[in-house]
Amino acid sequence: MILTLIIGIIVIVSEFIPHPPFGRLTQTFESWFLIIFGFAIILGQISLVQVNLNKISRREENWIYHLIGLISLFVMVVFGLLWGTLETGGLLGQGESIQAAIGTKPFDYLFDNVYIPLSATMFSLLAFFIASAAYRAFIIRSFESNLLMITAVIVIIGRTSFGSFLTGWLPERFSFFHIPLLTDYIMEFPNTAAQRAILISAALGVIGSSLRIILGIERSYLGSDK
Amino acid sequence: MLQFMNVFGIWLGVFFTFSIFSFLYKDNPFYKLSEQIFVGLSAGYWFIYTIYYVMIPNLFSKLIGDFNANAILLIPGFLGLLMLLRIIPKLQWISRYPLSLVIATTAGVSIVLSLQTNIMQQITATMFNPFAAETTSQMIGGLLLIIGTICGIYFFYFSKKQEGLSAIPSKIGIWFLMLSFGASFGYTVMARISLLIGRLDFLLKDWLHLIK
Amino acid sequence: MTQDLKKTQFERRIIFLTLFIVVTLPLIFPLGLKTEITPLVQNAYDMIETAPDSSRIIISFDYDPSTITELQPMAQAIIEHCWRRGHKVIATALWPQGASMADAAFSFVIENGYKDKQYGVDYVNLGYKPGGTVTLQALGRDFQTIFPSDMKGTPISEIPAMQGIAKLGDIDAVMSLSAGDPGLMAWIMVASDKYKVKVSGGTTAISAPGFLTYVNKNQQLIGLLGGLKAASEYEKLIGVKGKATVNMDAQSVAHVLILVFITIGNIKAFRIRRKTRNAQMN
Repeated sequence: MILTLIIGIIVIVSEFIPHPPFGRLTQTFESWFLIIFGFAIILGQISLVQVNLNKISRREENWIYHLIGLISLFVMVVFGLLWGTLETGGLLGQGESIQAAIGTKPFDYLFDNVYIPLSATMFSLLAFFIASAAYRAFIIRSFESNLLMITAVIVIIGRTSFGSFLTGWLPERFSFFHIPLLTDYIMEFPNTAAQRAILISAALGVIGSSLRIILGIERSYLGSDK
Repeated sequence: MLQFMNVFGIWLGVFFTFSIFSFLYKDNPFYKLSEQIFVGLSAGYWFIYTIYYVMIPNLFSKLIGDFNANAILLIPGFLGLLMLLRIIPKLQWISRYPLSLVIATTAGVSIVLSLQTNIMQQITATMFNPFAAETTSQMIGGLLLIIGTICGIYFFYFSKKQEGLSAIPSKIGIWFLMLSFGASFGYTVMARISLLIGRLDFLLKDWLHLIK
Repeated sequence: MTQDLKKTQFERRIIFLTLFIVVTLPLIFPLGLKTEITPLVQNAYDMIETAPDSSRIIISFDYDPSTITELQPMAQAIIEHCWRRGHKVIATALWPQGASMADAAFSFVIENGYKDKQYGVDYVNLGYKPGGTVTLQALGRDFQTIFPSDMKGTPISEIPAMQGIAKLGDIDAVMSLSAGDPGLMAWIMVASDKYKVKVSGGTTAISAPGFLTYVNKNQQLIGLLGGLKAASEYEKLIGVKGKATVNMDAQSVAHVLILVFITIGNIKAFRIRRKTRNAQMN
């Protein structure tokens, strides 16, 4: 906690007094941060392996899938360590012969042909869910939901090519009601106003919680026993 | 061999695409398998990239290349190793030291940057003369921006109960928030549909060659 | 109850199938719908267009393959625009997968008319670094502390495109293509507000409404590319019929379908409410 207080104060003071020792110390902390953060990422992977091993050893429900997940992790790591990725060589060099056979390094082959389809498809499921939500949950009930609905409809049409097609014939006098321009207006003024209010309020919250961490009032990051 | 691996790669992509899509009908072993492979590959990718593009260039290469000039990097290296002790329950307390450095640096940086970017700059951006606008619609828009920002911030003030006259700005704030959420919903629809288009583009172009 | 559940499940599957078909058809049979340029995209375009010759532009690939449909066309269009103007492109990534996305974007643009572009001279890929705002803050003080070398391991002092760049303030402009945090917000906080570097960016459509507050008289953000439509507008500005333009037909039709679903859903809800009210009155 004392360490958090000292480092936090040094970092804040260095914004106002950038000269040594504060500026130099902050520069040091920032460069060390990158290295320690790297270890933190590795810690996350180790933790993931640990959790999955526990599930497999206890033969929990669907344990076989967790085993397959671990195998995928190890295969990816082994490929990466042995032949590297993109321009970076591994323990066995750049793997020219393997590259000639499969067109790219094994790590990149898995990334391009397995990881990318999985990642992209996983999130593309959301398109179906939003269509289902639009049908079942997007119902007009009150004045506020009316406002939400009208804006959503204008933006949904305005952000497509149909928007200009539908109101492109309007004379110059009524160009305000040209759907793409109306959409831009909504985004530039009322939307910005609300988002700015949310941003300012959230920033006050961030400052509040950062201060609580530095002053030692908030200690949940230290672990469950503190 | 090269041609075979290219085609095999596309079929792998197709298999996993349809395995994930099968969840739309109902949960099934293909989806569960794909989900876990995704988690495994993702973790493996992060691990390799952290080693090659963070640990090696920023720590090991510097120590091996010029140890005398970079000996100080032994400290974050040592702290990083202490961080790894978090997986051993009895030694977890040791990881609090490097964690403190990470958390304190992040918190310190966040305070100043949030104050500058998300509060001061946003407030000054709202301080303008709406009546100096060139057109009527711009003038009305400027007024909406100022009123909406103030009423929106007022809505988030929870320290005192808002009732009677003091609830009016809050109500106006809610209306602006609803307009914003409607706009956000419209953009969310756009985002989600784009993701689906990307996948269909892959299936129709790279797999079935139905589009050029 | 089981009957209602079966009906709901059936309705869901019909919705999914309809969406699948409606999005597929315009991809196979394009409609050729036109796109209008919006001021936000024009401003982002102008930032690159009006930058002095041989400017050093950072393109930060802060996204992963899940948002590739929206952000990769933006990346490709911006790289092409930079090269047409003779600018040097420096790729960085705050997300690990971003480094691979950068590599793919460079390869695509080179294959499509820019085979004369040389790595190290016209572009460089510095790769991924974690840490978000703290890392960028350190970048603002000293580039070499964070990026001692590029992805190939070449020290940045030996890379022609990086000559004269000691810190973030030496960069002429930043374009952050961002799917979340860390990303554009970090670049605005550090590069724009602290080191006064021009920053523009592209985001997924979901994040776009939240970033519009930074497009203000303080020029925290110069223009914004929000989603697939913005990507197609940028392609139109550089005179290219890229993936985003082609996919906009399907996007437009899908939006109309969503409106149809909303309408049907509301009609159904209205009829149920009326039936319930009549039943209560009787």
